[in-house]
Amino acid sequence: MTTAPNTYTEFRPVATAAHHGYDVQRVRRDFPILAQRVHGKPLVYLDNAATTQKPQQVLEAIVRYYSEDNANVHRGVHQLSERATEAYERARGIAQRFLNAARPEEIIFVRGTTEAINLIAQTYGRHSVVAGDEIIITAMEHHSNIVPWQMLCEEKGARLRVVPINDRGELILEEYEKLLGPKTKLVAVGHVSNALGTINPVHRIVELAHQQGVPVLVDGAQAAPRMKVDVRELDADFYAFSGHKIYGPTGIGVLYGKTSLLDVMPPYQGGGDMISSVTFEKTLYNKLPHKFEAGTPHMEGAIGLGAALEYVNRLGIENIQAHEQDVLAYATEQVAAVPGTRLIGTAREKTGVLSFVLEPIHPHDIGTILDQEGIAIRTGHHCAQPVMQRFGVPATARASFGLYNTREEVDALVRGLNKVREVFA
Amino acid sequence: MADLRDLYQEVILEHSKQPRNYFELGDANHQAEGYNPLCGDHFTVYLKMDGEKIQDVSFQGSGCAISKASASMMTQSVKGKTLVEAEKIFEQFHKLVTGAEHNGTQEELGKLAVFSGVSEFPVRVKCATLAWHTLHAALEGKQEAISTE
Repeated sequence: MTTAPNTYTEFRPVATAAHHGYDVQRVRRDFPILAQRVHGKPLVYLDNAATTQKPQQVLEAIVRYYSEDNANVHRGVHQLSERATEAYERARGIAQRFLNAARPEEIIFVRGTTEAINLIAQTYGRHSVVAGDEIIITAMEHHSNIVPWQMLCEEKGARLRVVPINDRGELILEEYEKLLGPKTKLVAVGHVSNALGTINPVHRIVELAHQQGVPVLVDGAQAAPRMKVDVRELDADFYAFSGHKIYGPTGIGVLYGKTSLLDVMPPYQGGGDMISSVTFEKTLYNKLPHKFEAGTPHMEGAIGLGAALEYVNRLGIENIQAHEQDVLAYATEQVAAVPGTRLIGTAREKTGVLSFVLEPIHPHDIGTILDQEGIAIRTGHHCAQPVMQRFGVPATARASFGLYNTREEVDALVRGLNKVREVFA
Repeated sequence: MADLRDLYQEVILEHSKQPRNYFELGDANHQAEGYNPLCGDHFTVYLKMDGEKIQDVSFQGSGCAISKASASMMTQSVKGKTLVEAEKIFEQFHKLVTGAEHNGTQEELGKLAVFSGVSEFPVRVKCATLAWHTLHAALEGKQEAISTE
């Protein structure tokens, strides 16, 4: 990154010192997809909580892998297999350092956060949960952190307990403390809410759970791309995130687990790579992390994810966070000033996401009209229907920000919202 | 904006703001629920059938401008029609909004022709047809809520 005066502050003298050295215009040039027009207007991509765009560095890493190193991993004695294995395991090391995990074996490659949560439910969950046990989640979870637990509870005769949220969209911690008890087998909580942007006090949540000897799974899908995550400092037992939400490919994600827990968990899927020996009488499972990675892995995905994490590291996650906070603060102020808007999710600690309604106009109509202006936002329930029910809306419009978004794009969003109001005037 | 005005015609906006036949029909003998899980649109269609004839029809629920206006104008167009006639209108309406047929249907559809702009917005076809699918389910006497997915 350059330390020359950045174009960002040149455009906007009100920008704070937080972005000193963060040149968003230069960053944007790393993302080829952003330089296009949609319906004749410059693309304004504000759907980063759904998925992010990929920098050239990630695209090149994938092309390079297939152009030079492709072979199956952990198998062949030949040169290409060795190189592919080295590249795949190198990506694991990058993910390990990204989360500050103690050991690379604690990084399991999965398809994404959803598979990570299902893996825990199907292994740790099925192994340790019995009838009468309880699993605690929160009222702001994504469906992927609700349904796997419901399935497990139904199978085992266990009970799902839900920590309520207040009108700002913050967890009510006193209620959480009341729910924690001798029956609790696991706490599964989102680090950052995809529908509301709330940053949950996961440190405190883990601390309280551990006082009762209860392990905690943190869904970091929305947090990992926009804030520093240190699993050891957090003392999380499991932490999951998705590659495609952090500027990497789809179909790859990371599940972190403490060795002590992963070691005693049964395998997830059976197949190649997860075994050390197979006979028809007895199969011995491979050691960590391979025990949880049956079959030929998503090598291209892991390598692309590694490149994405290196890209994020190079910009600096703290710089990214400061930049996104600035854009979010500006957007919050500007969108709230559009007559008729109501923000859904006004937590004191939030990041990345601006959910709103523009009554009485339905979010779906907002989305269509903004799309005609080249602006991509998400409309709907954001895979968090209980959150919509809590706030009494069928759906919201959601602008979510990434490391390449600018205040100018927020201005475009506001102009688009005024156009929506014109159409419906 | 030309494209948008094709979709959000004045008549459609007007119906979305002031939907017709928007109440629960007290003496309905058929009803069905329709739901689009992707956007949360949810409507109930009430029918009072007299043999093969739709004597009265109404709806209630929530949804976007397109789905609500479509439901409102549907109730106007099928009231007094026979089951067969109503199904025929739906068939033509479906062709109109999916762009399957550009000529010949508009006259028969009458006011419903204002929905022709939907064909330029494929993701909105489900919005325009939700009430019609629900009507269809009500006519068939289906008990379970139907879904667009």
